Amino acid sequence: MTRAGDPKSATERYVAAFESFAGNGASGAPGWLKTKRESAISRFAETGFPHSRLEAWRFTDVKPIAGEHFVLAAKPEVSAAIRQAADAQLLGGAERHAAVFLNGHFVPELSSLEGLPQGVKLGSLRAALESDAKLVEEHLTRYARDERNPLTALSTAFISDGGFAYIPDDVVLERPLQLLFLADPASGSNPMWHPRTLIVAGRGAGGSLVESYVALGDGTYWTNAVTEVVLGEHAKIDTYRVQRESVQAYHTATTESYQARGSVFKLVNFTFGAELSRQDINAVLDGEGADCTLDGLSMLEGRQHTDHHTTLEHAQPHCTSWEYFNGVFDDRARGVFTGRIIVRPGAQQTDSKQTNNNLLLSERARADSQPQLEIYADDVKCTHGATLGPIDDEHLFYLQSRGLSRQEARHLLTYGFGSEILEAVKLDRLKEQLDGMVRDRLSG
Amino acid sequence: MLEVKNLHAGVEGVEILKGVDLTVKPGEVHAIMGPNGSGKSTFAQVLAGHPAYEVTGGSVTFEGKDLVEMDADERARAGIFLAFQYPVAIRGITNAYFLQSALNAVRKDQGLEELDTLDFAELLEKKLEMIGWDDSLIHRAVNDGFSGGEKKRNEILQLAVLEPKLAILDETDSGLDIDAVKEVAAAVNRFRSEDRAFIVVTHYERILNYFTPDHVHVLAGGKVVMSGDMKLALELEAKGYDWIAGEAAAVAG
Repeated sequence: MTRAGDPKSATERYVAAFESFAGNGASGAPGWLKTKRESAISRFAETGFPHSRLEAWRFTDVKPIAGEHFVLAAKPEVSAAIRQAADAQLLGGAERHAAVFLNGHFVPELSSLEGLPQGVKLGSLRAALESDAKLVEEHLTRYARDERNPLTALSTAFISDGGFAYIPDDVVLERPLQLLFLADPASGSNPMWHPRTLIVAGRGAGGSLVESYVALGDGTYWTNAVTEVVLGEHAKIDTYRVQRESVQAYHTATTESYQARGSVFKLVNFTFGAELSRQDINAVLDGEGADCTLDGLSMLEGRQHTDHHTTLEHAQPHCTSWEYFNGVFDDRARGVFTGRIIVRPGAQQTDSKQTNNNLLLSERARADSQPQLEIYADDVKCTHGATLGPIDDEHLFYLQSRGLSRQEARHLLTYGFGSEILEAVKLDRLKEQLDGMVRDRLSG
Repeated sequence: MLEVKNLHAGVEGVEILKGVDLTVKPGEVHAIMGPNGSGKSTFAQVLAGHPAYEVTGGSVTFEGKDLVEMDADERARAGIFLAFQYPVAIRGITNAYFLQSALNAVRKDQGLEELDTLDFAELLEKKLEMIGWDDSLIHRAVNDGFSGGEKKRNEILQLAVLEPKLAILDETDSGLDIDAVKEVAAAVNRFRSEDRAFIVVTHYERILNYFTPDHVHVLAGGKVVMSGDMKLALELEAKGYDWIAGEAAAVAG
């Protein structure tokens, strides 16, 4: 794709940016990572940005991202205002465990890494490449595969920093591990960052994580985030992911989980921000008896667009998965949901249930929902259901007949869409924060 | 309290009520009986202000106010309550939160202070105690996954909290076994008072054995074709509605 006055295609620009990246700041990386980056950029050079002729990208056009000249963000100054904002976003007081990033760069002075339980690690991927070289090499890029999404390949090419968390065997966390990715759009023109996060939970490990992407102001920037979560046998991990980017920003992401036997993974995913966002959520159940829950809420307005492309892969027998995504779209906002469920040959006794409900608050709002079931085993139970439409008149009448005004009734019914997902949040302070976000959207 | 005169109403151009007259005074219990398709449920919905129904003639006044001009929520705040035959499920909203929102909407309208969550919980506890029910329904999403009996009980719980002046029970007994009918009727009896009126819409007389009406009206073909007291209900139980159809035809003929 070439623009007038732009001699280079978007793809060529990123290849050029990679070359200068690989030659400068990233040169300290270990050899294996350099090799991975090289092959990732080669892959991206071949495919270029995804386009709407690809089935998986049919409803989401990333031309606006490809068309901007984004540059890798430098590390901004940490002002007092940023310090305050970070503090307000984080859960808990002095005893919290939090790694904070600003425009993709780890910021130790905003982070709280003291007092972690024995053996638990939390911090930056860049540091972990040295301190936990073996563990990182074993897992990083192994699950979120470059060939599945050109933007994942781009992420791999630009791996430099991001979150790292490790919970050793049989350790159960008391407090959540927090990864906060702050965006300061004012710090440069069209900045981008590719935060790459690795979360490893050992056998029998347990705990919860909060992964948030939060804008400190409005402006155009691009977050291209990839997170890989690995669960050992019988690990039990809850992840809360909150996307609150600027409504002028772009957010593309892959959230990839890989589960061993008997493990339990829950993702509760919130999408409020970005002008254009696309998140691939891929969950692989690769051990007998694994259980996976994917819950999601999107609340968009204006001209925001979001696309959640989810794939649940049942690779082994006796696994269960539960997917429940709600979307609320106002004004001219649009939501796309794809729920792909793959049951591999031999994955007998799979039990999978998928629900996607979309509430359209305006005539110009739009939602597209598509289930995709690919079942290669014969003894399985897979159900799916989707709804989309405006607020139901019978529901309105019921509430109005109890004394609520039409407006109050609409708010309550809309709030119900949000609160159904909020119920899945087991961290009180986070639930309060998100409840506030949902209520703000109602009055907006 | 309620004055219905020559009420004509219908849905999508089809007239269902063809001249209903009814006068309800405070403290009275009126039963509206009738065969399927007689217009009983339409009458209940029209009184509550369902927007799908259009009033095409006649008048309805409640405490001197013209009901026809009022939206459903205004009617509710004025003291009218409809216990639905088929209550809808509201996902994501607990019963307690819903009831608190509804009660506060009414209180705000009356110039009363809104109740906070703690005050409301206390009030709810008292109401449950009064009708002898446990709190198993109140922390679940409104009617979501409720059994038929639970839905009907939930309607009565709302009645108990909102304390309307006029309560319309639309086939509250339908789909319930006899024990559940007794339980619901007993709860409603607790709220019978000199100032509160009830309209009980029902196909069968059995709920009326536990919630005795002062007046019984038979609706057929969109009109009240006969009025009487409890004896009329018993007669209907014994003879069925075909008898009424004959009588009505004789009157019309």
